[in-house]
Amino acid sequence: MTRISEEQVRHVAHLARLAVTDEEVHKFTEQLDAIITFAEQLNELDTSNVKPTSHVLDMKNVLREDKSAPGLDREEVLKNAPDHQDGQIRVPSIIE
Amino acid sequence: MSLFDHKLSEIQSMLHKKEITIPDLVDESFKRIAAVDGDVKAFLALDEENARKQAEELQESGKTGILNGVPIGVKDNIVTKGIRTTAASRILHNFDPIYDATVVNKLREAGTITVGKLNMDEFAMGSSTENSSFQKTRNPWNLDHVPGGSSGGSAASVAAGEVPFSLGSDTGGSIRQPASFCGVVGMKPTYGRVSRFGLIAFASSLDQIGPITRNVEDNAHLLEAIVGVDPYDSTSANVPGETFAANLTGDVKGLRIAVPKEYLGEGVSEEVKQSVLAALKVLEGLGATWEEVSLPHSKYGVATYYLLASSEASSNLARFDGIRYGYRAENAENLIDLYKKTRAEGFGDEVKRRIMLGTFALSSGYYDAYYKKAQQVRTLIKKDFEDVFESYDVIIGPTTPTPAFKIGEIIDDPLTMYANDILTIPVNLAGVPGISVPCGFSGGMPLGLQIIGRHFDEKTVYRVAHAYEQATDFHKEKPAL
Repeated sequence: MTRISEEQVRHVAHLARLAVTDEEVHKFTEQLDAIITFAEQLNELDTSNVKPTSHVLDMKNVLREDKSAPGLDREEVLKNAPDHQDGQIRVPSIIE
Repeated sequence: MSLFDHKLSEIQSMLHKKEITIPDLVDESFKRIAAVDGDVKAFLALDEENARKQAEELQESGKTGILNGVPIGVKDNIVTKGIRTTAASRILHNFDPIYDATVVNKLREAGTITVGKLNMDEFAMGSSTENSSFQKTRNPWNLDHVPGGSSGGSAASVAAGEVPFSLGSDTGGSIRQPASFCGVVGMKPTYGRVSRFGLIAFASSLDQIGPITRNVEDNAHLLEAIVGVDPYDSTSANVPGETFAANLTGDVKGLRIAVPKEYLGEGVSEEVKQSVLAALKVLEGLGATWEEVSLPHSKYGVATYYLLASSEASSNLARFDGIRYGYRAENAENLIDLYKKTRAEGFGDEVKRRIMLGTFALSSGYYDAYYKKAQQVRTLIKKDFEDVFESYDVIIGPTTPTPAFKIGEIIDDPLTMYANDILTIPVNLAGVPGISVPCGFSGGMPLGLQIIGRHFDEKTVYRVAHAYEQATDFHKEKPAL
């Protein structure tokens, strides 16, 4: 039984904001299917009363004083921007 | 003989006696890089001018300290102001960080000199460094073999004598596995021990920065320099800083060692098993005792890890969108199209595969079946370790099931590649510290012994690793490069 279809792979690629070619969809479907099939071995374990672990350390809210501090320098930041104008990062039009 | 064949304390003594200078150390590093890096290909970027300038300044300053004036290589997923940082990805091919990672600031305070940035699997996703967008690093012991990964450049550069030590990062074995493959010492500290601020995030609940060195004592010194709570990383732990190096007594009398039967079972090569059993004999001879135990959920580690790490990665890597920094695709029709093209052109196959796996595992309708299930199994794996550590001081096994494989051998088979990390992954899932130290050779390739400790008990891990190292000669072997 296949766990994942080409259609699902296209949907996931869209959610992940990845452009994929037909060839890639085909390849990723096969590979992801194998990985997910492998991952389903976890179903051998009864975890109905097991609490999930998201983090190994026993720490909860980590708070600090709300003090202002200088942020990153605008000129410095813009040096890494692919495109900028008048101190702002430029992107393609968002509103049609 | 290279200056870097001496341990740090000897180097400092030579500096003190004025037998050598700090510029000599930096010179040694760049000479060796010029001689061998064309073959090894460990470095992605060098910072020679600055490094030489710093060496002169440090020499004049009269500053002292165990790390002072010593050249270091830094994995390319740790940001360095003024040195290009790419995480070996095309999507960051032109990225120049505007601040330093906390560990880099700490290294500067300690007086090390960063000579360059080290190759890795793209975004630390891989076990062979073949997933770098830029070059394939080769194993100094045999150039046809991989150095391991993802910190392949970090391990290969130290094994090749280009630098006396380096920093790597370990999410599922990425320090210990390449250290094992390259015959050097690699430590993954307890989760939270070292600040992750400035480490380009892969899987935030698993990632840790750690040292790779030629010997255990130097490793302990380097870890001492980078540990500590950091206001910029809320997951860094507020535990007292410790002196690991001063505690290397060589004494392991009465030490209780646990050897998980799963770590010497199916898939582990005979020579690897024999090298571990021989190491246990050495430790027994020093007064330790060992018993077989079980970490019953070990076999679920790889599946658990790939679901959790990929899920976290799919979220962490959402920031690479071609807007604020890095690669941006041309000829995009609109914003969504810009994101999609940028990411399709900027990421390599393994990164895409994991982003898609993670996105799938977190997507509506599949979250409980995959992501939450894996988090629950993580709890079971963590408990396996807690149970064993109630009665034992350390857990010992191999670092990897086999020695380094050949370049190109398994790159097209993701699941076989993932299985390489079967013995290192549970350690990250449990968040405990683990070290790999050289323990033998198989077909001319190094093997590594993995020593695992309780949360924040690096002290004991180092003490055992050091006692073993001092009783054996494997760490003195060098590749014939």
